[in-house]
Amino acid sequence: MTSVLPESFIGKVLYLADHYGSAYLAGAKLTLLIALVGTAFGCLIGFVCGIVQTIPVSKNDSAPKRFFVKLAKLVLNVYVEFFRGTPMMVQAMLFYYGFIQYTSYRPTTTLAGIVVVSINTGAYMAETMRGGIFSVDKGQTEGAKAIGMTHFQTMLYVILPQAIRNIMPQIGNNLIINIKDTSVLSVISVCELMYHGKAVAGTYYTTFESFTIVSLIYLTLTFVCSRLLRLMEKHIDGADSYDLATTDTLAHTSGMVKYPNEPKDGDPA
Amino acid sequence: MSEAILEIRHLQKSFGKNNVLKDIDFTIYPGDITSIIGASGSGKSTLLRCINVLERPSGGEILHNGLNILDKANNVTAYRAKVGMVFQSFNLFDNMSVLDNCTIGVTKVLKKDKNYAHELALRYLTQVGMEPYINARPKQLSGGQKQRVAIARALCMQPEVLLFDEPTSALDPEMVGEVLDVIRTLAQEGMTMIIVTHEMAFARDVSTRTIFMDKGVIAEEGSPQQIFTNPQNPRTKEFLSRFMNN
Repeated sequence: MTSVLPESFIGKVLYLADHYGSAYLAGAKLTLLIALVGTAFGCLIGFVCGIVQTIPVSKNDSAPKRFFVKLAKLVLNVYVEFFRGTPMMVQAMLFYYGFIQYTSYRPTTTLAGIVVVSINTGAYMAETMRGGIFSVDKGQTEGAKAIGMTHFQTMLYVILPQAIRNIMPQIGNNLIINIKDTSVLSVISVCELMYHGKAVAGTYYTTFESFTIVSLIYLTLTFVCSRLLRLMEKHIDGADSYDLATTDTLAHTSGMVKYPNEPKDGDPA
Repeated sequence: MSEAILEIRHLQKSFGKNNVLKDIDFTIYPGDITSIIGASGSGKSTLLRCINVLERPSGGEILHNGLNILDKANNVTAYRAKVGMVFQSFNLFDNMSVLDNCTIGVTKVLKKDKNYAHELALRYLTQVGMEPYINARPKQLSGGQKQRVAIARALCMQPEVLLFDEPTSALDPEMVGEVLDVIRTLAQEGMTMIIVTHEMAFARDVSTRTIFMDKGVIAEEGSPQQIFTNPQNPRTKEFLSRFMNN
C-alpha cells in the first residue's frame, strides 16, 4: 500500500477508495438509511393525506362532518403547497436551526434529516396518491358499494391496493430522488455520502477524483433500488397465467355454460 | 299476496335541470321478474341505480320492507348488501382473484367466516360454470366469463332482489347466450329480479312483468304477453316495431 498520492487520475481514484473506503461506505449507509426511512414515512404521510383529500362529502352528511372534512382538506392543502413550494435545503435549515435557536430540544442531525425528507416526500406523495385514487375506475367503487361496503372498506380492500399499484413507479421515482437529494442535508452537517465526499476532496485537493467515487456510489444505489422496485411491481401484478381448478382439460372453456342435466355422449337415450 | 320487498313511490331524479325520472311508481313482490325496456336515455339505468342508491334520488320514496331507505336515519350500506347489482361493465375487483371477488363481501360485509364464504362462493361459481377459474384474475377472463363471475359475486350476498343493468350490452354477441342462460336458471329458481335489457326476446320469455319506459316515465306496464303482443301505448308500439323488425 503506497502512502504517496499517485499522479494519474485512475491512481488517485484508487488511492482514495483504498484509504477512505470506509468513510465513503459510512456515508452511503447513512444516505440509504435516510432515503429509505424518509421515503417510507413520506409514503405513509402521503397515503393518509391522499385518502383524506378524496373523502367524498355530500349534502346528506351532517354539518360537523362536512366542517371537519373541509378543515382537514384546507390544512393539508397548506402543507402540500408549502413543502412542495420551498427547497428541501431551506426546509432542513428551518427545521434544524429552528429547534436549536428557539427550543431546548436538540435533534440529532440524522433525525432532523429523516424528518425533513419524510415531510418533504409526504407533500409530493399526497398529490401522487390523490391522483392514484382517481385513476382507479369508478366502476370499482360502484361494484364495492353495490355489495354493501362502507367507504372505508371500499378504500381499504378495493381502491387503495389498485391505487398503490398504479403509483408504484412514482414511489420508485421518489426513492431515487431522495437518495440523491439527501446530499443537500450536508448543510446541517448530516454525515451522508456528499458530506464525506467533500471532506475527502478537501484533504488532498482531489475534488474531481473524490466526486467520481461519490457519483459511482450514488449511481449504484439508485440503480439497485430501481431494479428492486421493478421486481416488487411484478410481484404485485401476480402470475401471468392461472391454473384451472379442474382435472378435466376439456371442461368449461370460454363461452360454455354447465347444464346440470345435459345428456352426455354415451348416455342411454 | 305476500309482502312487498320494494315499493317505489313517486321516485324522481334530476341532473341539474334535466329531469331523468319523473314520478316513478311500482312495487316488487318476492319472485317477481320485472324487465324494464325502453330506448336509450329513457331513464332505465338511472332508475336501477336509484333503486340501489348509487344515484341518490331527488324525490320520492323507496320502501324496503316498509322502511323508507332514503330517510337519513336509515343505513344505505346495509340495504345495499340485500339488493344485489350486476353491472353492464362487470365491475369485478381487478386486484382480486375470482374467488376473492366472491368471498370478500361475505367475510367483510356480512361478517361470516372464511370457510363458509369459500363454500358459498364455490357453490355459486359452480352454478354459473366458473368454478375452474377461481384462481384467475378478472383481466384474464373474457367478457362473458367476467359477467358470470359478477353474477356469482352478487349471489354470494344472498340478496333479496337482484338488479341487472344491461348485463349483456358490453358483450360480444357470441357471449350473450351464456350470460342469459345463467339468468334464466335464476328465474327458474324463483330469484326476484329487475332486469334492464335490450334483449327483447329474452325479456319476453323470462319476465313475469314488463315495464316500458319513455322519457323518464313508465309509459306502459303489464305482462310480457300484453306488452310484446298487444301494446296499447303508441310509443311502445313504435319502440317494439323497431326492434322486432330487425
